[in-house]
Amino acid sequence: MSTPLSRIRNFSIVAHIDHGKSTLADRLIQLTGTVAERDMKEQMLDAMDIERERGITIKANTVRIDYPAKDGHTYVLNLIDTPGHVDFGYEVSRSMQAVEGSLLVVDATQGVEAQTLANVYTAIEADHEIVPVLNKVDLPAAEPDRVREQIEDVIGIDASEACLISAKTGVGIPDVLEAIVNRLPPPPEGDPDKPLKAMLVDSKYDQYLGVICIVRIIDGTLKKGDRIRMMKTGGTYDVDDVGVYRPAMTHVKSLGAGEIGYLNASIKQVRDTRVGDTITHEKRPCETPLPGFKPSVPVVFCGLFPVDANDFEDMRDAIEKLALNDASFTYEMETSAALGFGFRCGFLGLLHLEVIRDRLEREYDIELITTAPSVIYHLFRKDGERVDLHNPADMPDMTYVSHIEEPRIKATVMVPDEYLGDVLKLCQERRGIQLDLTYVGGRAMTVYDLPLNEVVFDFYDRLKSVTKGYASFDYEMIGYREDNLVKMSILVNDEPVDALAMMVHRDRAEMRGRAMCEKLKELIPRHMFKIPIQAAIGGKVIARETLSAMRKDVTAKCYGGDATRKKKLLEKQKAGKKKMRQFGKVEIPQEAFISALKMDS
Amino acid sequence: MAENWQTGGFGLYVHWPFCEAKCPYCDFNSHVTRKVDHARWRRAFLSEIARVSAETGPRVLSSIFFGGGTPSLMPPDLVGDIVTAACAAWTPANDLEVTLEANPRSVEANRFEGFRDGGVNRISMGLQALNDHDLRQLGRLHSVAEAKAAFDVARSVFHRISFDLIYARQSQSEEDWRRELSEALEMAADHLSLYQLTIEPGTAFWERDRRGALPGLPDEDRAADMYEITQELCDAAGLPAYEVSNHAQPGSESRHNLIYWRYGDYVGIGPGAHGRLGSGDGRIATEAWRNPGAWLDAAEAGDGTRITNPVPRDEQATECLMMGLRLREGLLLQRLQALDPRVASARARAALQEDGLIWERDGQVGATDRGRLLLNSVVGALLPDQP
Repeated sequence: MSTPLSRIRNFSIVAHIDHGKSTLADRLIQLTGTVAERDMKEQMLDAMDIERERGITIKANTVRIDYPAKDGHTYVLNLIDTPGHVDFGYEVSRSMQAVEGSLLVVDATQGVEAQTLANVYTAIEADHEIVPVLNKVDLPAAEPDRVREQIEDVIGIDASEACLISAKTGVGIPDVLEAIVNRLPPPPEGDPDKPLKAMLVDSKYDQYLGVICIVRIIDGTLKKGDRIRMMKTGGTYDVDDVGVYRPAMTHVKSLGAGEIGYLNASIKQVRDTRVGDTITHEKRPCETPLPGFKPSVPVVFCGLFPVDANDFEDMRDAIEKLALNDASFTYEMETSAALGFGFRCGFLGLLHLEVIRDRLEREYDIELITTAPSVIYHLFRKDGERVDLHNPADMPDMTYVSHIEEPRIKATVMVPDEYLGDVLKLCQERRGIQLDLTYVGGRAMTVYDLPLNEVVFDFYDRLKSVTKGYASFDYEMIGYREDNLVKMSILVNDEPVDALAMMVHRDRAEMRGRAMCEKLKELIPRHMFKIPIQAAIGGKVIARETLSAMRKDVTAKCYGGDATRKKKLLEKQKAGKKKMRQFGKVEIPQEAFISALKMDS
Repeated sequence: MAENWQTGGFGLYVHWPFCEAKCPYCDFNSHVTRKVDHARWRRAFLSEIARVSAETGPRVLSSIFFGGGTPSLMPPDLVGDIVTAACAAWTPANDLEVTLEANPRSVEANRFEGFRDGGVNRISMGLQALNDHDLRQLGRLHSVAEAKAAFDVARSVFHRISFDLIYARQSQSEEDWRRELSEALEMAADHLSLYQLTIEPGTAFWERDRRGALPGLPDEDRAADMYEITQELCDAAGLPAYEVSNHAQPGSESRHNLIYWRYGDYVGIGPGAHGRLGSGDGRIATEAWRNPGAWLDAAEAGDGTRITNPVPRDEQATECLMMGLRLREGLLLQRLQALDPRVASARARAALQEDGLIWERDGQVGATDRGRLLLNSVVGALLPDQP
């Protein structure tokens, strides 16, 4: 490859959601003329509908920008746009390993947020040079000095030379380009003659081309016709094409050390390509793979069931197809007395869950019932054997269980002072143990040890609501710990509803049970008879509500001319009931399965 | 059991689509027009009677009902001509009932004798409310005083009088209704239709309600309480409910409406009128053109019906059940199951009986008092799951 390493800069952008990462990327692409003006669109690098709609990045993307710098040389800038969400923490860390520097974009009106923090630490761990960029300086509420100070205090990096920009208006973008060239390091010297060593940064499925991998070359050269081997998964493939994104796919003869690009090798499934894997040549392999590879492990589980039982086969096809393209998503068939046939699925986190569910509903047109998300509990039987419990419905009789451990997380919340009290209360309610509490310029940062179980469901929603959206939140898994956990069953009209069973802490069981029963009483429509709704641990009822019987449901007038119309109404009513799930004599609307678990207080 | 449709009786419904004003709660086929060509309408009605009677063959006619619209705006001689034609086309029963719906206004009251001379022997008056504020809210053109005067005229002309009231109105308390109904019962008609206000799609009230402009309507519990008050007062006054919303002195039930609820045969003529007619082993549903002008044209061209559909047996069962359970007397289980053996299965009946919603006696099945208030759900539970 002709570009000398000294003229290459590989970088990523670290930012909190809405702080302007995608807009900055758009501006960099635009200002360097990488894309013709008429082809520009917003969030240039986010391809999926869901990414565009939610303003988030799920898959890593890369773009090569040619930049004629003020020093008279033209530089090749490779931007990797990484996912930012905690669910994709491992993917983020791999993307970070593939570049040498980062732009830290902070909204000058808001300051550093928890998510920024987690990602910037990943960048620091990857030995990045970091250029702080303060965005939205054109807004009246911008406080660049305060935010600069905050960056120095909280993150501990020098922010005196931060670029002040407005990605929206384009102010300051040329400075950012110069800073990339002058302040970020070139890739380390790789040896083009050594055996090929490349990192698989991410991969995605293209319906015409098959699987496309984003790769970073460490040593050696990759070109069309090479036979390559994935060192972890062991698969071997013939390279059909290599190239770079500008941001359209552009073929190049070869990719050399220090470069970032794509490779296409007729790989059928994304599942065969593992993020962080090392790619080498089949004939002349490198000696050791890159460090840090981790297979992805789902941490959040839930049941997905088709609303219409007739959609089950279609759903199976859809899930299989999705799984082929997402190695981090697991599934196995599940049968529920309440919901019929469906799947127990594992996800990296809640966002991942929502994304998969959205895609199933949207791309495959299948209406789904989602049961309450759960985590993996470690059950220790009295005989010493450990069982991983993915589904509360599978909980064995307590007489066989010695103790139960649950996953814990270290959660970081950043919030303006005035909401701190509510945040602490929320974390305490969720069985949190405070690890740290610090203040920086009107903002508090608190760190809690929390059970993941208390967070997977509605913690984030609650946090947003008690802080009016001003809090930011991030977490990492810290391991398993024993606690007094029990399975709480819900009985509707004396029948247990398996899909509503849940694991709870014994001390919180009464409170959760009461909340569940009250909520279900609102969610289940009145029937022709009264319906007891109970929460129970084993055989012991701990909360109870009664849904009174419906009293009036009759048409006042029905004469000869009404027969046809009223008959049609009856038929419609009957069809509407198909959207309900039948438990004994009781019909429960689908939304109850998820809404019942949301806690308002 | 093939002849079942005949056991429910045979009646003629005549629809007069014109009104002086459209009421905001009304979803009936009614139109406001200044000029009506009565001669044309007469020819159309008479030709329809001739056409349908040729199709039905000889039947014993037990009822004629003039509905609308406002049929009390019809010229009495037009009413008389239709009654005469119907009695010539079919064999009138000895106790033939001829009912006409009337607005309780002096204009119409002046025609009562003319209607009687034309053959009408029962009048059904739309009083709707016994206080002027609520009458205005319901969009009625009459006052309470005017209505009572018209009622007195009706009493002097007819033996059989029914009137309608609408309750569960905006801001109406249980006590308000108790007082109003007591007053109504003192007026001593032999039949009362007491309807809870229903906000029907396509009405002005529906639009208002949607905008939140109909405050004070009762919730389910209050509406149920008011229904129970209604039963209590009417029972005490000797006018028990024989149907969900209809009360009568025993023997004074509306023979015409019983045909509907017993799922008998009825011919419907006039704009938008529906009919059900048995033929051999089957049943057909008819529906006339709704628009008055379109119906008139079609009737003059030889046939006012827009739709003539056979009713499949399972739908007959649904209709028969839906109508029959409205009656306190219930319906014959065997008739229902002959139409569709899946309807009212032993299991579904047992569950409803356990909850005290239906009863069974001597092969009849019926709704209990509580079941009648939940009739839509009860009927739903008795229908098979797969249509």
